[in-house]
Amino acid sequence: MSGAAERLPLGRAEPADDAAQLHEVSQFLYREARLQDEHQYESWEKLWEDDGIYWVPANGEDPDPDTGMSIIYDNRSRIALRVRQLLTGKRHSQEPRSRLRRLVSNIELLRLGEREIEVGANVMVFESNQRGDTIWASRNEYVLRRHDGSFRMARKKVVLVNNEKALYTLSFLI
Amino acid sequence: MAQAMAVGQAAEPHWGELVLPDRVHGSLYADPAVFQLELERIWYRTWVYVGHVSEVPQVNDFVLKSIGPQSVIMTRDRDGKVNLLLNRCAHRGLQVCVRQRGNAASFTCPFHAWTYANDGRLMGVALKDGYEGSDMAEFRLAAVPRVAIYKGFVFGSMAADGPSLEEHLGGAAETIDRLVRNSPEGEVEITAGFLQHRVKANWKFVLENETDGYHPAYVHASIFRVADSGIGALYGGKSIAVARDYGNGHTENDLRPEFRRHAQPLLWFGTDEKRLPDYAAAMRKVHGAEAAERIMIDGTPHVMIFPNLFIAEIQIFVLQPLAVDDTVQHVTALQFKGAPDLNRRLRQQTMGSVGPAGFLLADDSEMYERSQRGVAAREPEWNYLGRGLQRERYDELGFRIGHNTDEVTSRGIWRHYRTLMEQAP
Repeated sequence: MSGAAERLPLGRAEPADDAAQLHEVSQFLYREARLQDEHQYESWEKLWEDDGIYWVPANGEDPDPDTGMSIIYDNRSRIALRVRQLLTGKRHSQEPRSRLRRLVSNIELLRLGEREIEVGANVMVFESNQRGDTIWASRNEYVLRRHDGSFRMARKKVVLVNNEKALYTLSFLI
Repeated sequence: MAQAMAVGQAAEPHWGELVLPDRVHGSLYADPAVFQLELERIWYRTWVYVGHVSEVPQVNDFVLKSIGPQSVIMTRDRDGKVNLLLNRCAHRGLQVCVRQRGNAASFTCPFHAWTYANDGRLMGVALKDGYEGSDMAEFRLAAVPRVAIYKGFVFGSMAADGPSLEEHLGGAAETIDRLVRNSPEGEVEITAGFLQHRVKANWKFVLENETDGYHPAYVHASIFRVADSGIGALYGGKSIAVARDYGNGHTENDLRPEFRRHAQPLLWFGTDEKRLPDYAAAMRKVHGAEAAERIMIDGTPHVMIFPNLFIAEIQIFVLQPLAVDDTVQHVTALQFKGAPDLNRRLRQQTMGSVGPAGFLLADDSEMYERSQRGVAAREPEWNYLGRGLQRERYDELGFRIGHNTDEVTSRGIWRHYRTLMEQAP
């Protein structure tokens, strides 16, 4: 994060007044959501930077992922492994695949840098599978980098509202 | 079989007709009345793993735990003693502790300010003049009657009398010895926090699967195909590893014969000494070169301590039944005292493989849930557990063993289950 270029300090609630940029970011997040909902694993993987971190913490909003258990804490090679596992067709918990639709809302640009944008959003996912129907809700935070007129994800953090409780299997892409 | 199946509210099931030497009746996984009897005769009677001493390292530390559906507060009191207290105010029944962990010398019920010391004693009540003439000494947080600790693992038994923990663990105690030997300081710690993975399935499907050596090649085919893991071969047809029944429901996949064949220290962890130089050096310093090498070749156990502690080489699972078709697996990485470089990898590998999104456990859990839905079918009534029955043999200590893929482990679990369920209520 290049400090000099920051217009908003991290965590400040006031969103950047930049309608065009907000629109671009929103379109990117909607696209990511659709690729996940429709199990387009390879296209989804292409949204990641080479140093991407995909983090779904457990037990609170901001635990230390280096000392405590996380539900997912994937570096880029582990993201690739997750995708390759899904592509085998033998990932039983996703065969048949969960039917999914998610809403991405309350999108805010939290920090604008020269190369990176930090974004916050609220997400609700409806999952239907053999077990039944499950609703997942989360606060998501993204670090996006500009590439060729679009973005890639350097970081995606998904804080499930109920991550302190026992959760059913979460083998689709959250 | 119709009579045997009908487990009514009042009628005592004929356990010997439901648990046969090579098969078990599907109703044992699905009947709510059976589950209620299991709570009374297994979960509220036998030794159940509750927590680890390292989760309450300081005086006045507490952590919320469970015995089946019961909420249990594990505390370390001012004398340093570990207590297991039921989370229920003696006045009006409220849970007195709703924080997952913390440090407190006492617990005050928010309803009427009854206050308990962290060994369960009632210290005081609000407006005590209303209780003149009452014997307040009878009120306290109920303590689990028997608490025993083996190598840091804290077990509780809701029965005032019964076999000691050592008698219960029997031959399986050696697997815990084997585990802690892999720490340079001879101790494991549970400090990384738990993932909680819920399944809509009976707890015994989880229990059986932990030492089912027949399933990995198929259930975990997806990850074995894309990741370079040696696990598959350990559970293949040519494996010389063995499945073992220790009695008392404890079972093991003993992988040491395979690891000894390769004789490469730390192969059990999918690595070698070069990648963990500090750990290897610490082990050699403590144990001497030869013994350290032996320990690092043998590795840690893959053992299911009945009914709820699964030590799975690099992590532990704690099984918690909530209802006949509702079970939570609490899982965390094992941490070895004095081995920071090893511990980091233990956490990373555990996070990848287990929990709700784990490369391995998501698919195991899918099997549990499909099993639960499957046994609702009326026919063929039985789950068949006869694999390898004809080739069971005994090891030098007299424990039943079989090929690593044989169902000697499930049969051992059910043999003990029948014994417990047939005991007088």
